[in-house]
Amino acid sequence: MLEIKNLHVKLAEEDKVILRGLNLTIGAGEVHAIMGPNGSGKSTLSYVLSGRDGYEVTEGSAKLLGQELLDMEPEARAAAGLFLAFQYPVEIPGVGNMTFLRTALNSQRKARGEEEVSAGDFLKLVREKAKALKIDAEMLKRPVNVGFSGGEKKRNEILQMAMLEPKMCILDETDSGLDVDAMKLVSDGVNALRDAGRSFLVITHYQRLLDHIKPDVVHIMAAGRIVKTGGPELALEVEHNGYADLLAEVQ
Amino acid sequence: MGLLQAKSDALAARLAGRTLGQGGWLVAVQAAALDRLRPMGLPGKRDEYWRYTDPTSLTAVEPPKADLFDTKGEARPFSAIDRLKLVFVDGVFDSVQSDPLALDGVEITPLADAAGTEGHWAAGLYGMLEACGQSPVERPLAALNTALATQGMMIRVTGRPSKPISMIYLCTSDTSDAILHHCVKLAPGAELTLLENGPAAARLNKVLEVDVGEGARLHHVRTQGRDHQRRAATHIFGSIAAGALFKSFTLTANGRLTRNEAVLELLGDDAVAHVAGATVGDGEFHHDDTVFITHAGQRCESRQVFKKVLKNGAVGVFQGKILVKPGAQKTDGYQISQSLLLDEDSQFLAKPELEIYADDVKCSHGSTSGAIDETALYYLRSRGVPLKAAQSLLVLAFLAEAIDEIEDEAIADDIRDRLEGWLQRHEH
Ligand SMILES: Nc1ncnc2c1ncn2[C@@H]1O[C@H](COP(=O)(O)OP(=O)(O)O)[C@@H](O)[C@H]1O
Ligand SMILES: [Mg+2]
Repeated sequence: MLEIKNLHVKLAEEDKVILRGLNLTIGAGEVHAIMGPNGSGKSTLSYVLSGRDGYEVTEGSAKLLGQELLDMEPEARAAAGLFLAFQYPVEIPGVGNMTFLRTALNSQRKARGEEEVSAGDFLKLVREKAKALKIDAEMLKRPVNVGFSGGEKKRNEILQMAMLEPKMCILDETDSGLDVDAMKLVSDGVNALRDAGRSFLVITHYQRLLDHIKPDVVHIMAAGRIVKTGGPELALEVEHNGYADLLAEVQ
Repeated sequence: MGLLQAKSDALAARLAGRTLGQGGWLVAVQAAALDRLRPMGLPGKRDEYWRYTDPTSLTAVEPPKADLFDTKGEARPFSAIDRLKLVFVDGVFDSVQSDPLALDGVEITPLADAAGTEGHWAAGLYGMLEACGQSPVERPLAALNTALATQGMMIRVTGRPSKPISMIYLCTSDTSDAILHHCVKLAPGAELTLLENGPAAARLNKVLEVDVGEGARLHHVRTQGRDHQRRAATHIFGSIAAGALFKSFTLTANGRLTRNEAVLELLGDDAVAHVAGATVGDGEFHHDDTVFITHAGQRCESRQVFKKVLKNGAVGVFQGKILVKPGAQKTDGYQISQSLLLDEDSQFLAKPELEIYADDVKCSHGSTSGAIDETALYYLRSRGVPLKAAQSLLVLAFLAEAIDEIEDEAIADDIRDRLEGWLQRHEH
């Protein structure tokens, strides 16, 4: 599904290097988790994969289903099946959530040569998905993320994911700022999407999200690289001992 | 003295060879307007009130030539809305292209006919609000309009007509120089929606006087012609009585030069006045909104919402004032003027002012100038929305607060469609 090879990334405007030869392969239907201390480059990885400005790839490649992502515009990456649930979802005053969702869905379908979804079908679909995430009609009408609580923003990200049905989902600290109930809602939303043809990369600080979304593989990231890879037990180890021991061990 | 001389010379040149109206009450009104105008002269570049906008082409004897604009068969604004159409061609009323002047609850009379009618109601309004609006700031182009206009519609509303009245201004000559003067009077409790669209002329000087009686409601929505080279100076003078409401929205896309002034006075208690504008300009484009709202009554509400999207060297100007008179307690005044600059060549000049002589009031104003939000753009694109569509979505979002001032959803949708069309044609 996703194959990242020797990825080196620096800031475009400065000499600061963030990713230093990152390798990561995720197979179809797999769930991988990345854990790592603050500042290790987790969000940068998700931004670079989704095509955000401000970063320069100096070496390496990232392929989604064999297609080189790094050569594509952000919208083309989305249409190809990539989705990033943002650590900090963006507020867009003046753009209604529904308009946003419908424009996004139909833009992707158009780019793939599929037929656009009619207003009626869209409404039915969005109501059904929103209900499962306890997103009410009023929230759907409001401008994108404006005035949403932290938890509402994260649920809104999952709603977008559910509507767009991507193949490769990256969740960047989707659990941060969530209380126990919201965490359950979000995890259920993600688990409902688990499918043999869909893969997940779950970036998190904490083991607790991984209790709900069970990963197949856990990676530890430090200073712009994956330094250790293992099974779910690796997340427990981090939870109990912190990163210090792990990092000392790999060095 | 040299400056003043220049201004009155300009006026003399402009008036040379003009003969004023023929007979009736209008003659006296025009003579009085001329008497107001003579000591002012025409506006000059050095005038404080014209600091950001050069009036030269508006005051010149001849209008600069303005190439006619080919809309390529595109439907005109408000086409889908059931309305009573009043058509003006190059600033002259065309009864053949217009609907019959009959609508329940309204009396519509062309200026020429009203002027010839002894004791016509319009004699009590025509030029009166313009004259009041000359202080504390002089507005010579409006006085010039009253002195010279022979075309316009006198509209008196006594009921709640079933459909809007729509003035359609066609322009068929690249040198036309139109002067239009309309009066709209709403009896207590009456309601009207007034629509205007079209360029009218290569150069247009238009005055609209509105007298909104107690508890009456007037909605005004206009789109100014898309002709790239047209020039326009327009004034709205409004008097709003107790419990009455006046809402005015203007869409301006293109035009070489536009100066839109609104001079509104909330005379009675609990009156409401909103003026809003959405402006999109690309290239040689100068657009000036100059607003003066006076709160005289108590518990009145005023809102000014102006949004401008500028690119390729376009210039936007906003001068907005809220004056709260002594005794106008519990005034609620709001003013926002914002520009979205799509490149570094464009500019926005704003001069917001508050002058308050009552102690228990709530007034706020804000003015900002900014570029498109890159983070929002990336967010939209990361969801699959192509760059251009994402930019358009954000531009429309920026303009939304102004468009939201239009109460009628069908009319607001029409305006949104126009803007989307413009954005598609002017994609960067
Ligand atoms: N746009 C940016 N400008 C400046 N520094 C940045 C930028 N993006 C990331 N960084 C820096 O790169 C490092 C990695 O950041 P980030 O990817 O957010 O880490 P993580 O998500 O693992 O906490 C940090 O030191 C951060 O300050
Ligand atoms: Mg992060």
